[in-house]
Amino acid sequence: MHEHLSWLPKASADFSRSVSLATTGAELQELAKFSLDENQLGKLANRLSYLRSNGFSLAPLVLVNIGLVSNATTKLLTPALVGTALRYGISLTVEQTEYNQVAQTAFSTEAVFAGKDLSAILLAIDYRGLPLTPAPGNRVAADQNIQDCFSYVRSAIESLHTNTGAQIILQNIAPPVETPYGSFEGRLPGTLSWLVAHLNRELDCLLSDHTLILDVAGLASNVGLTNWHDPTLLNIGKLPFSQRYTPIYADYVCRILASKLGKSRRCLIMDLDNTLWGGVIGDDGLNGILIGNGDPTAEAHLHLQRTILELHDRGIVLAVSSKNEDATARIPFLEHPDMLLREHHIAAFQANWSDKASNIRAIAEMLSLGLESMVFLDDNPAERLQVRKELPGVAVPELPEDPALYARTLIAAGYFEAIAFSEEDQMRASFYQGNVKRIQVLNQSSDMATYLKSLEMEMISTPFDANGRARIVQLISKSNQFNLTTKRYDEVDVKNFQEDGNYFTRQIRLTDALGDNGMISVIICRKNAAIWEIDTWLMSCRVLGRRVEEAVLMDIVSNAKKSGAIKLIGTYCPTAKNVIVKNHYEKLGFESLSCDHQSETWALDLTQYHPPELPISLKYAI
Amino acid sequence: MKLPNQALGQTTLNAAQFIIQGLTPIFRDVFDDDELVISEVTTAPDVEGWDSLANIRIMVSIEKAFGVRFAAAEISRLKDVGTLAELVLRKRANV
Repeated sequence: MHEHLSWLPKASADFSRSVSLATTGAELQELAKFSLDENQLGKLANRLSYLRSNGFSLAPLVLVNIGLVSNATTKLLTPALVGTALRYGISLTVEQTEYNQVAQTAFSTEAVFAGKDLSAILLAIDYRGLPLTPAPGNRVAADQNIQDCFSYVRSAIESLHTNTGAQIILQNIAPPVETPYGSFEGRLPGTLSWLVAHLNRELDCLLSDHTLILDVAGLASNVGLTNWHDPTLLNIGKLPFSQRYTPIYADYVCRILASKLGKSRRCLIMDLDNTLWGGVIGDDGLNGILIGNGDPTAEAHLHLQRTILELHDRGIVLAVSSKNEDATARIPFLEHPDMLLREHHIAAFQANWSDKASNIRAIAEMLSLGLESMVFLDDNPAERLQVRKELPGVAVPELPEDPALYARTLIAAGYFEAIAFSEEDQMRASFYQGNVKRIQVLNQSSDMATYLKSLEMEMISTPFDANGRARIVQLISKSNQFNLTTKRYDEVDVKNFQEDGNYFTRQIRLTDALGDNGMISVIICRKNAAIWEIDTWLMSCRVLGRRVEEAVLMDIVSNAKKSGAIKLIGTYCPTAKNVIVKNHYEKLGFESLSCDHQSETWALDLTQYHPPELPISLKYAI
Repeated sequence: MKLPNQALGQTTLNAAQFIIQGLTPIFRDVFDDDELVISEVTTAPDVEGWDSLANIRIMVSIEKAFGVRFAAAEISRLKDVGTLAELVLRKRANV
C-alpha cells in the first residue's frame, strides 16, 4: 500500500508524453496526483526545472526552498521530493549538502546555507549517522549515550536554526533489523535497538517552536524494517533506505511542507451505501445493512466508522454526500443501534439525487471551506472519477475492493497531516455543527439586527501570548479568504512579533449564545509614531456577517489613539481566494490612497473616527 | 513500472531481443529520454548522465520490473548492456 501510494490512481500509459507536453504549473500539479515511481517523479522534476528556467508561468504553485542535510546519499531523493511537492501545489527547490556533512553543515561558522532563504531544513540522519555506542547490559553507559546522541541532535538543530532562521524537520530513527539478542534485545539496556527506541522517545519530547518531527521510524515499521533497510544499496551507494520507498518518503516530507503552508485537509465527505455501511439502505432496509459486530463485512465498516470518529475527535469536519432520499439516508444514523457515527457528528448532510460534484460544492459553501480542504470517500469508482474530473482540488482516494482496508487506506494517504495540536482542534468539529444551526436560526428570524443581538456576542481581544501561539500560526497559515494580505508567518515569526515593541498584536476570540467560537481573528500592526500600518488582518469565515470586523477596528483604533497615532493604513493584496475582502477597507470608512494590481493602500483618519453601535460586547485585555 | 515480469511471457529471449523489449523502456525511463537507443555494446560513457547514481537507478528499476535482486559484486562485474542483459536473463530463468 505505502510502496505504491495505492490511494492515488494509476498513471496512464502516456504519462511521459503528457509530462513532456505540460507547459504550466497547474498541469504538472495534476500529473503529480498519480501513484508515481521515482523515475516518473524525476520526469516531473526535470520538466518543472525546464519550465522554471524558460520563463513559463508556474501559477498556482507556491515556491518553497528547503535545505537537506544527511549522513547518507540524498541525490536520488531530491528529484522525488521535487516531483512529489507538485502534488501539493509546491514548486520546490532543494539545497543539498554533500554526503555525510551533517556536523560540517550544522556547526560550521561559514554558513553553508547563507543567503538561501530556506523555509525549512530536513535533517535526515539515520542510526549510522549518530554517535550511538552500544553497551549491552550497562545501564549507566546506555543512559549517558542517549544523552550524548540527544545533545548532538539538539545542538545540530539549534545551530542550523540560528544560522538560517529556518524551521527544522527532524526525522526520527528507524530501528535496525539485525538484533543479536532476539526478543530480549528491547529489554536489555544498551543494545542498539534499545538505544534507538529510547532516543526516539527523547526526540518526541524535543518540543520547540522551530522543530517538526518526520516519523520515519513509523513509516519504516509500517512497511517493514526488513524491506526498509537495504544493505546492498547501502554498501553500493550509501543509500539510507530501499529506493522503492523513496516515493512514500518524499510524500511524508511534502505532507509536512504542505501542512506548514496550511494545505492540510480539514473536511471528510463520505458516501453512505457500501462505504459507511455494507449494502444499500434504500433496498436492504435498516435491518439489512451491514454495520456492527458479528459479521466480517459489518465489522470492516464499523472499523472505518471508528477511524472516522477519531478524525472527528481531532477536529476533522465530517459531511455526507449520498444518492438517496434524505429521510432514508438518515435512518441508520438515527435508529441503527450499531452505528458509531450519529447525526450530531455530521456538519453537512446532502442526500439527494444530484451528482456528487454539485453536492460537494454545496457542502463547501455551507461550511465556508475551500474545495482544497476536502477529502471525498466513496467505494464507487465512477463517482470517484466524476468528482476528480469536476473538482480537481478535492482529494479522492482510490479504495481497494475489500472494505476491511478502507480505514487503512484513508489514513495512509496522510490528508490530515498535523504539525501542531491546539485545544481548539479538539473542539473545532462542534463549532462547525453550531454554524449549521445558526443558519437555521437566521432563516427563521428575518430581521438581521434582531438576530445579531440575540446571539449575545462577546469579543475578547488580547495581545499574542505563548498559549495562543499554535492557533495563531494555524490561522495565519490556513486563512485564505478573509485575509487582507495573506502573509504567512511561522511560530518563530509570531513569537518575534509578540516580543517586538514596534508591533501591536491581537488574538481575538468570540463567544455567543450558541457556544465558544474560539480564536477567530488575528491582527498584526506596525506602530510608527503617528501612523499605524495593518500588516495582517485575517478572520475566520465562521463569523462573517456579524459585524465582528467593525468591533476589531474599534479595538485597533482605540489602541492607536492611546499611543498618539492619528492615521491607520491598511493594505489589500488581491489573491485568487480573498475577493471576499475586496471592499473591506472601503466598507469600514477608509479612503483609497493608492492602487495597482499588486496591492491597494487605504487610510483612515483617526481624528474623524466615530465608534459605531455594535451588537457585540467588547472585552480588552491590557 | 510498465513492464512487470509477466509481460514478457514465458518465451525465451536472447540478449539482443531482451535489450529491446525489456531493458530499453527502463533505460528510457531512468534517463528521461524517449529516444534513447541501447545495444549489447553500449557502456556508461556512451549515455549522457550515466554516472554511479544513474547506475543504481537502473539496477533498482530492473530489480523491481523483473522481480530479481543483484549483489554488489554482480553489478561491478558488468562490462556493458550485453552482460547486463545476460545477467538478468539468467536470474529470471532461476526465479
